[in-house]
Amino acid sequence: MHEYSIVQSLVDSVMAAVPRDASVHRIEVRIGELSGVDPELLATAYDVFRAGTICERAAMRIDRVPARWVCPNCKSEIPSGTALRCRACDKPAHLESGDEIILQRIELEVA
Amino acid sequence: MCQDCGCGDENIIPLPVQQRLLARNDNVAAHNREHFQERAIFSVNLMGSPGSGKTAVLEATAGALHGGHRLAAFAGDLATDNDAARLSKAGIRSKAITTGQACHLDAEMVHHALHDFDLAGVDYFFIENVGNLVCPAVYDLGQTVNVVALSVTEGEDKPIKYPTMFAKADLVLLTKVDLLRHLPDVRVAAIVEALGRVMPDPQLIPISTVGGRDGIAAWTEWLSQRREASISPQLAGKNA
Repeated sequence: MHEYSIVQSLVDSVMAAVPRDASVHRIEVRIGELSGVDPELLATAYDVFRAGTICERAAMRIDRVPARWVCPNCKSEIPSGTALRCRACDKPAHLESGDEIILQRIELEVA
Repeated sequence: MCQDCGCGDENIIPLPVQQRLLARNDNVAAHNREHFQERAIFSVNLMGSPGSGKTAVLEATAGALHGGHRLAAFAGDLATDNDAARLSKAGIRSKAITTGQACHLDAEMVHHALHDFDLAGVDYFFIENVGNLVCPAVYDLGQTVNVVALSVTEGEDKPIKYPTMFAKADLVLLTKVDLLRHLPDVRVAAIVEALGRVMPDPQLIPISTVGGRDGIAAWTEWLSQRREASISPQLAGKNA
């Protein structure tokens, strides 16, 4: 289960992005369907790991990004779960989105 | 003031970040890639389930890659250096990376292991990842290509159960095909069909590392062609 190491990177990224004494209210991450990261496991790992870190009181919102395959030639979408090849152009599909693991936004609380 | 979510809370300040969480790993992987490229080394991240035959593939590769090519390998495992010992015995300059409880190799582990490893004269470098079809797919190690070993006993639908791993593969080695005669319900065509639903340009070579060693020649030919295509012409003659 690599979600714990992803959470370590997440907390490190938050620490690098905000002042040391900042109060982090909420964070938002984008997780692609083909990123290899399981959103439920990530949420569990985050809840365990955030204690004692800058994210201790920060809720996490996870935006799931579905896999989106397109033909590199005609740009038509090729549905997931079907043969990943454009029938019209006979080209292998390109993964347009769905493999991202991104810290998207941080909300800071000010007194 | 928080303006974009509409909560109107004046005490909340939003901070757009757009930070890739694996940026650090990817930077180290890029550094590893430079190490390999500047020495014209073709590197392979070999992944697959425990017992899919990764080590046996490399043993067979050592005996089949002709032309005086030098092979080296890291063997990743939770515990023991058994695989590295097998590879050394097969003539591959090898080193074990024991990960403890970690279910995958990352770029930092590979970089650390490269520090005191002799890469002189090496043409092909194999990184045998920890046996696992999930976590290793997430981490770039600095390899030139990803190869997945999938044995015929794992089931026809394995690719669609683990789409991330197969979507990232440049090649799938269908291993242990010598066992197919004992497995009347396993159809290679069904595995190829499943692969096409997760791997945009499915490349599959059926191989066996016992008996007549079916497919090993096709595998080494694939390696040789990909190596030729990947290394720059001026470095190609480094051993000449």
